[in-house]
Amino acid sequence: MEIFRIENLMVKYGEKVALKNIDLIIQRGEIFALMGPSGAGKTTLLRILNLFEKPTDGCLVFEGKRLNGTHTEKLNARRKMSLLFQTPSVFNASVFENVAYGLKIRGADKDTIEEKVINALTIVGLEGNERQKARTLSGGEAQRMAFARAIVYDPDILLLDEPTSNLDPANVAKIEEIIMRIRSERGTTIVFATHNIRQVKRIADRVGILLNGELIEVNSKERIFAAPEDARTKAFVNGEMIY
Amino acid sequence: MDSTDFLINGIANAFSLIFNLNPYILSITGVSLKVSGAATLLAALTAIPLAFALSFCNFRGRQALITLVNTGMGLPPVFVGLFIFVMLVPAGPFGSLNWIFTPGAMIIAQYIIVTPIITGISIAAIKAVPRSIIETVYTLGGDGKETVIVTMKESKFGIITAILAGLGRALSEVGAILIVGGNIAYTGSVGGIGEGLSYTRTLTTAITLETSRGDISTSIALGIILITIVLFVNLLANAIQRRD
Ligand SMILES: Nc1ncnc2c1ncn2[C@@H]1O[C@H](COP(=O)(O)OP(=O)(O)OP(=O)(O)O)[C@@H](O)[C@H]1O
Ligand SMILES: [Mg+2]
Repeated sequence: MEIFRIENLMVKYGEKVALKNIDLIIQRGEIFALMGPSGAGKTTLLRILNLFEKPTDGCLVFEGKRLNGTHTEKLNARRKMSLLFQTPSVFNASVFENVAYGLKIRGADKDTIEEKVINALTIVGLEGNERQKARTLSGGEAQRMAFARAIVYDPDILLLDEPTSNLDPANVAKIEEIIMRIRSERGTTIVFATHNIRQVKRIADRVGILLNGELIEVNSKERIFAAPEDARTKAFVNGEMIY
Repeated sequence: MDSTDFLINGIANAFSLIFNLNPYILSITGVSLKVSGAATLLAALTAIPLAFALSFCNFRGRQALITLVNTGMGLPPVFVGLFIFVMLVPAGPFGSLNWIFTPGAMIIAQYIIVTPIITGISIAAIKAVPRSIIETVYTLGGDGKETVIVTMKESKFGIITAILAGLGRALSEVGAILIVGGNIAYTGSVGGIGEGLSYTRTLTTAITLETSRGDISTSIALGIILITIVLFVNLLANAIQRRD
């Protein structure tokens, strides 16, 4: 069942075209990888899915509905998602307060917040750091805290922008395992951006290759690696692409 | 008496006035704190909502208000004093209120001086909250209201600093309150110096008066108290900035 449908989308920043001719369907419950070189438009596409950025042209259909409608409609849609930034930003507060944020604005009660925050921190290996000021976390710790903050309210859709770029191999494995587990336990739809070809091999179901703002190929992981349709995909996954 | 004696005597007498809690000096300090404190409080109550409105809302006249705030930050106090004076003198438009030469008039004048300062510094503090923090609120499902709340939390130390800067400015201001307050003390003398207890006489206006009539010890005593209070306010502001 489809959860996102993008039709003929274009995004321009001033004169600069960040995305063009994008047609894409994301299925509910899949792990979809957006792969492509730096500046290809991965972050921009995730921001579009999060209803964060307004497309210059084209449209986005979310759960069967075109979302050019009201504020409440968009807010309700956004409340089902979370987007984890490439470089996470932390609130000037404790680790606990940071992770609790999404639950608080959804009106969760104190006991639920306590339980879910501790649980999320345990999942990312930051249990015991609740009282620490979030600004004093290391880069990798901050990224894991931001991951906990993004999953703590059990969003239906998780949009992850290079979620493991600051992490050491052990933590990369841990986050990848969490991503797989969240999907299998909760059926969460996960779209993630990455440059990391091996990561895509490990966790993705389907892959979209972005190049210069265009989606040159969307295929199952198996097809992308074994029998890509586009010569540029082949060059990219073989690491031959010059960028 | 040579110049060293003059200074040493002046300072020694000043300290004795302070430590003996001279009622004249205490009453002046009290008026200073009350007037500047009230003006700063009222200014903060206006300036902080105004700073958020100017930062978050797009309304007609916004640009004009920002220009007004920027101009107001450098407004000469004497001019504000003159303006309030003209409004409040018996022949002026609000003369019938009988507010001229009262602490109330002084509070109004300082309110006008301090509000743009607190607003301007608060706007800068709000601007200093990174865009990525606001975006993070959205990515976690927050709406416009929540971005304002988070911005308040993130900029709270900057805003407290703005209030303290306003208070410091009010406490050291002299031109406006001299004109609209009249530098009045009651008749008679207390503790052998000055006149009676202060009505609209503040640390700054009293210093101008006592210096001009040659009572150097009293002036120095007032000066020490003024600088101590202003220094304390600044130290507090620094401590808060360091905590951030
Ligand atoms: N706010 C903006 N204003 C102007 N140009 C922008 C803006 N945001 C993105 N761009 C441009 O759009 C293009 C796509 O950017 P995007 O951040 O989506 O790339 P990316 O694939 O995520 O790259 P990376 O792997 O380096 O994160 C880039 O050329 C970028 O410079
Ligand atoms: Mg990016």
